[in-house]
Order: sequence, then structure tokens, then C-alpha cells
Amino acid sequence: MKSFTYERVDSAAAATAAFTRTPGARFIAGGTNLLDLMKLEIETPSHLIDVSRLALDKIEATAEGGLRIGAMVRNTDLASDARVRRDYGLLTRALVAGASGQLRNKATTAGNLLQRTRCPYFYDTNQPCNKRKPGSGCAAIGGFNRLHAVVGASDACIATHPSDMAVAMRALDAAIETVDAAGKARAIPIADFYRAPGKTPHLETVLAPGELITAVTLPKPVGGTHIYHKVRDRASYAFALISVGAIVQRDGTGRVALGGVGYKPWRVEAAEAALPRGAKPVADGLLAGARTTHENAYKLPLVERTLAGVLAQAKG
Amino acid sequence: MQTPEEFELSRRGVLAGGAASVATVTLVPIGTAAAAAPAAKSPPTAKVAFEVNGAARALELDTRTSLLDALREHLHLTGTKKGCDHGQCGACTVIVDGRRINSCLTLAVMHEGEKITTIEGLGTPDKMHAMQAAFVTHDGYQCGYCTPGQICSAVAVLDEIKAGVPSHVTADLGAAPTVTKVELRERMSGNICRCGAYSNIIDAITDVAGVKA
Repeated sequence: MKSFTYERVDSAAAATAAFTRTPGARFIAGGTNLLDLMKLEIETPSHLIDVSRLALDKIEATAEGGLRIGAMVRNTDLASDARVRRDYGLLTRALVAGASGQLRNKATTAGNLLQRTRCPYFYDTNQPCNKRKPGSGCAAIGGFNRLHAVVGASDACIATHPSDMAVAMRALDAAIETVDAAGKARAIPIADFYRAPGKTPHLETVLAPGELITAVTLPKPVGGTHIYHKVRDRASYAFALISVGAIVQRDGTGRVALGGVGYKPWRVEAAEAALPRGAKPVADGLLAGARTTHENAYKLPLVERTLAGVLAQAKG
Repeated sequence: MQTPEEFELSRRGVLAGGAASVATVTLVPIGTAAAAAPAAKSPPTAKVAFEVNGAARALELDTRTSLLDALREHLHLTGTKKGCDHGQCGACTVIVDGRRINSCLTLAVMHEGEKITTIEGLGTPDKMHAMQAAFVTHDGYQCGYCTPGQICSAVAVLDEIKAGVPSHVTADLGAAPTVTKVELRERMSGNICRCGAYSNIIDAITDVAGVKA
């Protein structure tokens, strides 16, 4: 690991000011992904700004009838919150499908959204990777890519986003609240939060340098049956091959978002109109324009069949 | 209290006097010993104070030091094991402020003021924690390398179930989770045992929980 200086801050304003003051700085909260990458020298910050003790660890009701989840709320606490379990079951289900108990005790809401890909070539510093080293090429294209994206990918990168939580957040129409170095706050719909890889896969979100996530808000509950079905190589503690997060209403309408298929949690609202007609037309709409390799083409039928299972489960 | 750090390079001992306060940027000035070796620029250090197994500890550490390395290399509490060092195996599991975490994936300097419990703090060979005794009774190990992490994790898992933390296999999110083999297997999945003692580990935990598995 490269050496770095360290400071702990006690306010969002102090955090962004420290970032402005210190070139090469990164925020650290749970640290479960950042430190892992620093050990491999994939991330090499010269300064760490510890934001883990900011007073952003509350889950509060909003005036609109939803919830505001502080950026520092731990994954365990978010999954356990009685309001989340009752009204946003999809979010609890997605959270407890991810990582291990130990990691969920450290990982934060904001950090979960900002996880980097688990593409093995991103992790292997002996291999080219446009995300890790822009312009060096992509070893996953033409390599071992059974785990990789089937939608939204580019000729520069076929990595997937690893978060389960983000899939639920996407189906729930979450918004990400931030503050920038100038103290300006904004709310970014999660649909607009992740950037398509295009020719610049190293740029993963629309956050500006030094912009700090302060909270994630959920609109008021939409009811329905909440199901998160994650398909993985092990029964527990493994990243998704694909996952389906769905909210299904009694009349068969609903929402669907997918994990493990692209650079972001994948949702196509227009495809959801077909939900009462079953899995196939929805899966076709979600995966329109998919580009597969011989190793990951299985993901297309797997999405459709998993969705069919989810819809059958929702009917009870 | 600071234990002698015989594993340390002597240079660090010389530099320890020139420390700045906790939670500030702490660039240690070049000291006498470092000047004798001009090629090596001293890495930044920071001070941290926390409680380990009930005893106050104060350290000045290279900022890169994981909590795991602070425990093992600086405090010589070698019960906590380093397996993968990447949060994948769970051998380094310790309990911090009542919650189990991977000590390899967290910086020691981030734990100012916190209470850390390691396997040494749960019990001693003469006075074992109930979970330690149950692992012995049920033969919950073979080589033993993952065992400290398994036991710390198991103790925290029972507390998590009591606190109502749901898991992937909890059928009803509106009801309190219960201690079942299926729940324990899911909740213990972050602790890998290459010897494959899993079934005996689950027997040990159910024994401590006082349920018939």
C-alpha cells in the first residue's frame, strides 16, 4: 500500500474543504472496498479524509412520506430498520443478499453505491484495464467474461456494478443527496447517477471531484410484494451472476430492476408495462440491444427465467 | 499502556517522540536516525487510543496499519489470524463496539475511543467463554487457524439474532429471526473453514444458543 496522511473530520463542510486543500485525497467511511483496492495499489490516495463519524447516521421520515437515509448508515442498520423492513422490503432483501455479516457491519449506504467493479482484470494489475488505467485496453473483452455485462457495455469496458443495494434503490426510485466543495447541495435521481462506460470507463458516476454523498432518499412506499432474487455461484457470500429486484402489485403491474447485467442497476421503465403479460416480454424489453459473449450469453435466459420465478412467487 | 514493540524497526522508536495529535495530518519530521538513512522517507504516522479486551491502549502507527496488524504486530495479540487480508475469509474477525468486523479491512487509526474484543478477550484457557468451550466439546475445528474468527463471529451472530437483524434466509421480515441451522449457516458464511468443520461449528453455536438444532 502507498503511504498516505490521514485526518478525521466532523462535518460535511470540513470534509469537502479538506478535499479542496489536499490534492490526491479520498474520503473513507467503511473502507471495505477502498482499503482492499489500496492494498493492491489500484487506489493510491495520498491523503484519506475519514468521514465515518459525520452525523449522517440517521434514518428519518421525510415530509413527503418517504425516508432519508444518512450516508453513513451501515448496511446492517439499514437492513434492520423496522420502517425499511415493513415498507421497503426489497431494500432489506437486497442488502442481506450482499457481502457477509462482518462487511455489512462496516459498509455504509454511500460507500455501497460507490463500490467499484469486481471484474477480475480490474483487480489484476498485470492486465490491461481501461477502468484502472485509461487507454490500456480491456482484457475482459475476449478474456474470461462469464461474469460481465450484457447491456450498456462499450468497446472499452464490459464491467458490471457489483451492488445489490443499488438494484433495490433503483427500483424504489431513490435519489442521492450530495454537497460539493462550494457547499452547494443537489439531489441526483439514481437513474442518472452512474455514467455509461463509453470511452471513459474510469469515470463511474456523475459526482464531481470532492462532492460528498450526504444521504439517500426514498419516496413514499408503493406497497406491493417485494422480492429480490439473486443468482450466484455459491448459496451465500458471492457476487451476483444476475439478480432480479421486483415490486409486484396485486393487479400484476410493478417494477423490475436487474443486477449483474451492466455498469449500473438496470431498469427500463417502458418494459414494465408488459409485467401483467409475464416474464418474457419484460425481459425482452429490459435486455433489448444486449451484446453477449459466448461466456456470458447465459445471462439472457437466466434473467427471463429468474423473473418468471419471481412473478410466480409474487402471485403466491 | 504501550507494550514494547520489539518487532518494530528502531527508527520508529526514535521518531515516536515527534508526533502530532490524533486526527490531524501527521507528517513526522525527519529525525536523527532517518537522517542516517537518507533514502528512506518516513511514512506518515498517527496516534490512536482504544480499548482492547478491557485495557486502554495507545499507539502511534504508520497510517496504513490495519486494525489486524495493530493487534498482532504491535499489541502482540496473535490470536486474531490473518488469512486472505482482503475481507474474504473472516479469519481476522474481531468484535468492535459489539459488532463483528473484518479487522484486515479497517485502519487502526479509525478506531479512536472504540472497544475492541479479540479471542483473547472472550476467555482464557482456564476460564473459557461458553462459545470457546462449545467449540472444544463439538470439535468445531481441525487445524484451528480460522477458529478465533469463527468464535468471535459466532458470539456476535447470536447477539445479531437477539437484536432482530434479518438475514438472507429470514422468511418473514416482520417477525423476529430465530436460531436455526439455516440461519446460522447463512450468517456464518463470511467465515471460511478450509478443513470443512462447518457442521460441528453449527453444532457448537446451537449448543450455546440453547436450542435443539
